[in-house]
Amino acid sequence: MTTTTGPHPTRRLILQGAASVALLGLGNLPFVPAYAAANDKYPEDAFKLKNEADAIKALYGKTAEPSDKIKLDAPEIAENGGVVPISVTTTLDKVTSISFLVAENPNALAASYRIADGTLPSVANRLKMAKTTNVTAIVEADGKLYSATKEVKVTVGGCGG
Amino acid sequence: MASSIRVRATTNGDITEVQTLIQHPMDTGLVKDAKGELIPAHFIQQLKFECNGKDVFVADWGTAVSKDPYVKFSFKGAKKSDDLKISWTDNKGGSDTITAKIS
Repeated sequence: MTTTTGPHPTRRLILQGAASVALLGLGNLPFVPAYAAANDKYPEDAFKLKNEADAIKALYGKTAEPSDKIKLDAPEIAENGGVVPISVTTTLDKVTSISFLVAENPNALAASYRIADGTLPSVANRLKMAKTTNVTAIVEADGKLYSATKEVKVTVGGCGG
Repeated sequence: MASSIRVRATTNGDITEVQTLIQHPMDTGLVKDAKGELIPAHFIQQLKFECNGKDVFVADWGTAVSKDPYVKFSFKGAKKSDDLKISWTDNKGGSDTITAKIS
């Protein structure tokens, strides 16, 4: 048997392994991760995340800063958490995407809209809310992320009808 | 069968306002039925609005969008009697399409 000739084969294997890891590392450098919001595909993974911050990161790959140029319109109190009318309008320029997140829903990300050139940065929709929590609107404008948050009190949750 | 999509698209010459109502259960997969069995998730994942060969608005939806979803948005660059094509697909492979005239 040639494999039992002392420590050398093992050492060579380790060295080879280290070399290929180094190569892989280098090979990965030029890649820019493609985030869901940047292409046409349905961002399935982002919708499965529980946490708000994780979902924003999966969708856009960056974090948002609060902006007073976003107007988030949501009721103070929603009697029926199954149908909460929520809309957002912004005066920010070059808006490419608007997303809605509900902090304490089973999955935070509720809806994400891609805004084409020539489409106004304004969306109205109706969302489900499990309980009283914050609703956040994320606006991507000129490559940067901005957010606005509002608490909505829910008297009857939208899960379990 | 009547279409699941109801749409109203009106223009004032510059801006076209689109309001859409879709009939869909939007089941989350977390709710139990009367027998205590989980109702499997069934929800629209993507909804597209296409006008003059261009996607003007694309919605990616999760289960937190209400049953029989409603969405409103506005866009520029369309004229009266232009076609607006609306299509959705859901997580079970279901889909529907309608073409509306802008009025």
